[in-house]
This record gives sequence, C-alpha cells and structure tokens, in this order.
Amino acid sequence: MTIASSSPPSRLPPGGAERTATRSSTDRRPGTGENRGDGRLAAVFIGPALLGFVVFLLWPTLRGIYLSFTRFNLLTPAEWVGLDNYVRMAHDPIFWSSLRVTVVYVIINIGVQTVSALAIAVLLQRLTQSALLRGIVLTPYLMSNVVAGIVWLWILDTQLGVGNEIVAALGFDRIPFLADETWAIPTIALINVWRHVGYTALLLFAGLQAIPNDMYEAAKVDGASEWRMFWRITMPLLRPVLAVVLIMTVIGSFQVFDTVAVTTRGGPADATNVLQYYIYGAAFGRFQFGYASAMSVALLVVLSAITFVQYRLTRAGQTDLG
Amino acid sequence: MGTDMRIRMRTLTALAGVLGLSLVSGCAQGGAGSSADTVTYWLWDANQQPAYEACAQDFEKQNPGLTVKITQLGWDDYWTKLTASFIAGTEPDVFTDHIQKFGQFADLKVLEPLDDLGIDDADYQPGLGANWMGQDGRRYGAPKDWDTVALFYNRELAKAAGLTAAQLNGLSWNPEDGGTFEKAIAHLTVDDKGRRGDEPGFDKNHVKVYGLATNGGGDGDGQTQWSTFTASAGWTYTDQKRWGTKYRYDSKTFQSVVEWYFGLAKKGYMVPFTDYNSQSNQANTQVAAGKAAAAFDGAWMISSYDGFKGLDIGTAVTPAGPSGKRATMMNGLADSITRNARNKAGAKKWVAYLASDACQRTVGSYGIVFPATPDGTKAAVAAYEKKGIDVGAFTEPVADEADFTTFSYPITNYAADVYALMHPAMQDIFGNGSSVSGLDRTNSQINLILDQ
Repeated sequence: MTIASSSPPSRLPPGGAERTATRSSTDRRPGTGENRGDGRLAAVFIGPALLGFVVFLLWPTLRGIYLSFTRFNLLTPAEWVGLDNYVRMAHDPIFWSSLRVTVVYVIINIGVQTVSALAIAVLLQRLTQSALLRGIVLTPYLMSNVVAGIVWLWILDTQLGVGNEIVAALGFDRIPFLADETWAIPTIALINVWRHVGYTALLLFAGLQAIPNDMYEAAKVDGASEWRMFWRITMPLLRPVLAVVLIMTVIGSFQVFDTVAVTTRGGPADATNVLQYYIYGAAFGRFQFGYASAMSVALLVVLSAITFVQYRLTRAGQTDLG
Repeated sequence: MGTDMRIRMRTLTALAGVLGLSLVSGCAQGGAGSSADTVTYWLWDANQQPAYEACAQDFEKQNPGLTVKITQLGWDDYWTKLTASFIAGTEPDVFTDHIQKFGQFADLKVLEPLDDLGIDDADYQPGLGANWMGQDGRRYGAPKDWDTVALFYNRELAKAAGLTAAQLNGLSWNPEDGGTFEKAIAHLTVDDKGRRGDEPGFDKNHVKVYGLATNGGGDGDGQTQWSTFTASAGWTYTDQKRWGTKYRYDSKTFQSVVEWYFGLAKKGYMVPFTDYNSQSNQANTQVAAGKAAAAFDGAWMISSYDGFKGLDIGTAVTPAGPSGKRATMMNGLADSITRNARNKAGAKKWVAYLASDACQRTVGSYGIVFPATPDGTKAAVAAYEKKGIDVGAFTEPVADEADFTTFSYPITNYAADVYALMHPAMQDIFGNGSSVSGLDRTNSQINLILDQ
C-alpha cells in the first residue's frame, strides 16, 4: 500500500545518468518520499515483535534485576535491601550445591545429547532418505516434558517399574534410578536426552543438508574414508550450525526444571535440587521473591558468560563455506 | 479467484466473530463467578466434593438468591493456584485451609478474621478450634474436620505371621530394642527365600514383603512417619503448643527415636527410601502392591485402603511408647475466607453453615471424613460402619484420653522455610544414611529464621 503510493516515475527528471545518480543520492536523505514509507512499513512489521519483546522480556528482566535488591513477598510492597540478597547467596551452601548439581547435569545432558544427535544426523544424511525415519526420530519431542517425566518415573520405579523388572529379570539388583543420590542426576539428564535428541539431530541434519554434496564426491574420488570425510568435511563445515545448536541447548539445559519437579522434587536430600528448582521453591514455596530474583540474576550472568565464551570459541558467526 | 477470496474473507470474519464472542462470553463467565449472589469455594479432596455439594444445596435452599460454586483441584495444583490467585486478585471467596499453610497466609495478611461468626471451640472436638487463632488473637479458620493416624495392615499376611488383631492393637515400642512393635514388624517381613525377618539367615537385601511401608523422610512433621514414635517418647516439636519460637529437632530424644525409626529400614524391616517416591510409590501403593504388610497412614486414606481389590485390610492403634501412652497426630482442616473476597457477606454465611452441625452431619453421612463437631463425627462413624469399615483405631485416640495423647502439626511462623530445610535433611538421614546429629545444625538454622 505505501509502496504503491511512493514517488511516481513522472517526477523523474528527463535524461542523463548523472542526474539519476543525483536523484538517488538525494532520495537517500531521511524523511523524504520512499524512505519514510519504508520506515512506516518497517514499524508495522517490527511493532508487534517489539511490543512483545518489551512487555514479555525486557520489562520482566529489568524488574527482576530491581527485585533482586529488595525483600519482596509479592503481596506487600517490595522493600529495598541493597546487596543483602547477593551476600546471602554467596554464603548459601544450598545455592552453591544447586549450581554444582546443575553444571553436572548440563555436562552429562549436553555431552551425551550432542554426540548422539550428531551421530543420528550423520546417519540420516548419509544412509537414508526416508521421511518416515526422520519423523520417528522426532517423536519423543512431540511429548511434553511433564508427560515424559511421569512415564519415565513409572518405568524406572524401584519396586514397580517395568525398567526395574527387566533389570531384576536379567539377574541384577534393582537400581533406584531416581531415588539414589548418585543415580538421580544422570537419570534425569538421560531422560531429557531421550526427549530432545531427535530435535537436536534434526537441527544438525538441516545443517548437514547445507554442505554441498560435491565435496564428498571429490573426497571419494581422492579415496577418503567415511571417517576421514566426517572429520575433514562434515565437522568443519557444520561448525557454525553446531555452535548455534550448542549455545541454544546449553541455555535450555541450564534451565532444567520440569523433569526434576515431576520425578524427584529435588531429592534425595538436595541431590537433584537444580538451580531453577531451588529458585522456584524460594519464590513460590517460601515467598522470598527478592532472593529468588537475585539467584535468577546470577543464572542470567552465568548463562551470558557461557554463551559469550562459546560464541567466541566456536566462531559461530562465521562460516568456512564458499 | 475472486469468489474464492470472498469466501476466505467471510470465513475469516466469521472466525473473528466467534473469537470475539467467546472472549465476551469468557468475560461474562468470569463476572458471574464473582457476582454478589455467588460464593466461590475451593477444596482439594475430590472424594469430599459430593458431600460438600450436598451441603451447598441445603445452604442454597436456606438462602434463596445465593449460589455456591465449588471448584476442586488436586493438592499440588491447589496451593500453586491459590498462591497465584492471591497475586492476581482472582482468589476464591472461601477455601479449605491447611494448618501447615495457615501461618504463612496469616503472615501475608490474605485471610479475613472470622471473629464475628460466633464460633465456639467447645462445639468441636478438642483442640480443633484453638489451632486457627492467629498470633493477633483473631480467628482465621472455622473447623471442618479432623484426622488421626493408625496402622493399616494386610489381614492375610498378619494371619500367615500368626499375629492376631488383639496382638497388633497391644503393641509397644522403645528406642533401644524396638519392643513388641519391632518384633511384629520383623516377623511380618519375609525375604525371597521365605525366611522371616526374625529368623536366622534372613537376607535383608532381598526382601519380598517388608513389615512396614514408608511414606518417606517425613519433612519437619513426620505425620505418617516418625511422629507417632517421637510423640509417644514425650517429645514435642516446639517450645510452646502454638506459635512457638524454638524448634527441638536438636533434642537427643528426638534424634535417638528418628535413628531407631529409620534403622528399621537398615535392618530390612521397613521399605527403604530408594523404593519410595512421593508421586508414584507411597505407603498405600506399597501395601496395595503386596510389597509391605503394614503402613502408618492417615484417616483420609481409609477409603483408599478399603478399596484395594483382593486385599483384606485391618486397622490397629499406634503402639504405646516410653511415655506409656499411644500417640497420633490429630490434624484438622478449616474453612477460611480471603481478605479480598468479592462476596464477603455471602462467604461468611457459607462458612458459618459449613461449621454448623447441620452441614457437618451431612458431610459425616457420606462416610469419607470425620467432621469436626461431635455429632458430625458420630454420623461419619455410623456411615463407615454401614460400609463395613471399623474406624475405632482412628476415633479411640480422640475419645480415650487416658491411653492416648494427640498432638497437632507444629504451628509456627515460617512453616515453608522449616519445610525447605527439614525436607532434604530428613531425606539425607533416611536415604543417604547421614548422621542424625546433623539435625543440630538444621535446627539452629531454623531457629535463626524464626528469630528474625
């Protein structure tokens, strides 16, 4: 609509390339004809997203940071306490143990998930064209986290679970997957690998599709093995996609909450009390919204730092293609 | 192409219209839920909903023009949603309140005082009324029901072990050798080779049926776990009956009892922590699955245990302790009105009716819960009897003050913080085998919080 009403060609002065050039340079000035129309159009497109960003992301983040300097129980006005919450956090052994538990979770979760997703993606690309297979890989992702958590909870129940019936039938002692302090975190990490590996594989698969096939053909002509091609062609060219996928999944992994809430509720003792669960308990169980906000800010800082480092180390913004 | 476009436009308009309409009707519904002639009421126990709907019908007959709208939510969702509703300003007019949450709600000042309802403690079973007085001396809850804890046991397994109902009702325990209670539990335990817990060669690592089921570490109250033992050893949670400022988890009596109690699992007589799950495998599941012969559980579970297919379940009173008495927690729920209730006048009428003998007799007649008034309790006992359930093990502690002592949940400030600290601490002892003396530190942390 705005495009149609922008400067009609009749206004073009007659003749000369020189004059046309002048015109385009003057037209680039802000506030004239065409460009003002573009601006309005841009505002229409950006507006809704910007509004959503400000209302649902920027404002809550700023308010969360403000609340981290207050004592606040949601129902009475917040009271400014300066750095008290941060001092408490530094001296809170449960906070540090939560952070450690979360890091262990992320390492197991991301480590296993990335390697298996990469393997699945390469297999999908090199071995099959079947859309059905690609679909099946994605099925666990179609299930909600809570449902996946409950299903695995029942499968892995020490006394009554099918999983443990199989373990017992094989002649082993039953394994308290979710009730033992050493087993619980790896179990939860693997439950989430099961749910997310297909999605991650699909993202990597899309990245693999972007690698030109003639590279592999050329390598084959040179007599390279699949193994060598994987390390010399696939990995370097997949790097930017892999980096972005890693950044996204690491952030998601640090925010683990629902599986814990459904399966162990932070137990046994504090063995699975991951940071997000501890924050939730402080806020919605104990009404300590100020302290919960401070811990959320800490998580924000940790995640920003990790993302920044990852981004720089993996040069996620650059590609080696072309 | 043109007609196609027009049809699509028409569909869009229609869709937009429907959407708009549903938004409008949604608003209208919200409006009706909070109008002057409706009282909104929340409860969490689905079993009790029919009973309270019957009460609501009688109430509506007596108060033409007033409607009660009952909403039932599962326990966890209930508290999450209630909290959110206080923040969003969409709270119900009246809700079923729990003593554990009461202190926090009173702190947050979200409850309406009920002093003008004329509720007299003497009209209810002992202790039920007084628990709902805040520290400011005002009443915030109208007593509605009560529950106690007793021993549910599998009659068939007890018979196989040669234990009679009379024996199970006459057990005693002590923290040194566990007394006849521990002997009975050991005898009820059978390993995978058929050897009983008190027989030579018993393999505690391969137990087929445990003598006693578990409900986990018990957090700070141990309602259906250790509280019957700690109380019959003479221990109390805090320095005062209500609104105490010092917890006593550092008491040597408490710690020795807890050590003995969780020790039952180490000996193979009680289901270990690793087999327990708060969502999928609680004490009642262990009994239902035939993995445990007996379980301490609350009166609210009577119908559940009775409903286990193919199992004949009996009940017995809690064992007598070193104090010479048998002990059980006696907990009562109440109805509270929210401070920002939209229909406060209607809410007060409804709560007054809920607390009346008339409604409590109606609720009692459903045989699902013990109402707070003596007449209501009588009606419930009769209704249970009609269903063929003997509830003596639950009512005796209230009637017989010579042999029994009943006690309440700890009522203090910062209950949520106490829970947050005691929940992992008790799991650490039960699940990870940590020393009970670690509770000294937890206790001083708790008392520090209460001091602020």
